[in-house]
Amino acid sequence: MSKLRYESPAIRKLNAGGMNKFGTRTEYEPVYPKVQFAWSYKTNYLDAVCRIFHQEGSWAEVVSGFEYEKALGNGVPGHRILFNGPEKTEAELRRAVELDSLIHIDHFDELYQLTDIAAGMGRKPRVAIRVNMDTGTYPLWDRFGFNYENGQAMEALTRIVSSGRLELIGLHCHIGTYMMSVEAYRKAIQKLGSLAVHSRDAWGIDIRYIDIGGGFPSGNQLRGAHATPTDALPSIDEYAEAITDELQRTGFAPDALPLLMLETGRALIDEAGYLLGSVLATKRLSDGRRANIMDFGVNILFTSFWYEHRISPAQPFSHHTEDVTIYGPLCMNIDMVRQHASLPLLNKGDRVVVHNVGAYNMTQWMQFIQMRPRVVLIDEQGAVHLIREAEDLAFIKLQERIPPHLADA
Amino acid sequence: MQLRKNIATSEDGFLFNPSTGDSWSANSMAAEWFAWLKEGRSREEIMDLITEKYEVERSRVELDWEDLMKQLQEARLLQS
Repeated sequence: MSKLRYESPAIRKLNAGGMNKFGTRTEYEPVYPKVQFAWSYKTNYLDAVCRIFHQEGSWAEVVSGFEYEKALGNGVPGHRILFNGPEKTEAELRRAVELDSLIHIDHFDELYQLTDIAAGMGRKPRVAIRVNMDTGTYPLWDRFGFNYENGQAMEALTRIVSSGRLELIGLHCHIGTYMMSVEAYRKAIQKLGSLAVHSRDAWGIDIRYIDIGGGFPSGNQLRGAHATPTDALPSIDEYAEAITDELQRTGFAPDALPLLMLETGRALIDEAGYLLGSVLATKRLSDGRRANIMDFGVNILFTSFWYEHRISPAQPFSHHTEDVTIYGPLCMNIDMVRQHASLPLLNKGDRVVVHNVGAYNMTQWMQFIQMRPRVVLIDEQGAVHLIREAEDLAFIKLQERIPPHLADA
Repeated sequence: MQLRKNIATSEDGFLFNPSTGDSWSANSMAAEWFAWLKEGRSREEIMDLITEKYEVERSRVELDWEDLMKQLQEARLLQS
């Protein structure tokens, strides 16, 4: 009997434990007693993906009426939807009030609009404000929410309380994206905590939740970064430790700790996504560099604008590698996936795998020149499920209309 | 060398540490080794099983054994 082919044994840490680090599951040693995740729809709003997180206990965090309806369609009750973002229409706000969602107010115009809606509907919506602040990192994300340092956040809280029409129950911040500093989260908690303590002491209002947002990095390497993510990034344990430790120092009585809300998206889904592609052609550029043209580009791999995505061949290959530029299939100069990648010599038709594409690609991708491919989900038993069909011409044309004078072309 | 007692393993190579919530996936070869470890087989017995079943030199398996143990140690999955 011939023997079987051997491969070296290996293990790989999965990112599935990220949520547990904050103590969401009681069978682990919780680092904080009250934690709730809300799935960040904009990170990946394919319904099948959202439903996995909802099955795991996540609420929904949405930033548009479209995402709000998607969350409802995925079975999330209105009172478990956090409605964030600068644009919420009158109708969307009314619906959110009707369904008792948690509305995170972004600016004074919205605050006044919601106060009027509440008065008109005879309801008292449950609200939080989004607070932006200096956490010692650059750039300062001050375009969303009310600024802490200039007093606007406090002023917004004062107006909410004095209106008598809104029920202040939470404080929210989202200090940035791909945050590599644990200390920044400590500062954010300190500042939100001081607002919460003021609310209690000045108005007798117990802030019931503090939403620290997200912004934790994934295993992708930022363009221009010199260190790999493994070397440069704190672990999710360190973020959890800093956030929950600071929260418990902030002046809340042990029996009146607020619920810690997290809107983590990227750190939970990025490493679960892979893009499978093929080599369309190879060529030598004018300076002698080798280039590979792939059947995927920035149209479906939007994050290649800011990540150096890892790309690996999907069949046996030689150990000789060469520095190559990876282009996509679009007839546009912007369509470059990697300027420099070290890859074995690939030929037309060879397959490759792009790693860590689960976050912000299946939402920010573009139907541009080419159509978007199908998406499949591999379940825990290894079964493959189609969760989004490939686009076709009929789908693209569905929204188009031809004026009568052009109808007979 | 044994996996910690509280580490849950599945046939398809899923490892889970219930005290920290961390999980790992093992390739099929590592999953097979874990199954043998779980049966209480010794290092030598496992080496014999591998070289009988697979096209591989014993010296390579010995190197891989050491490497896997290092990975498990790093992941704090081994009994101390």
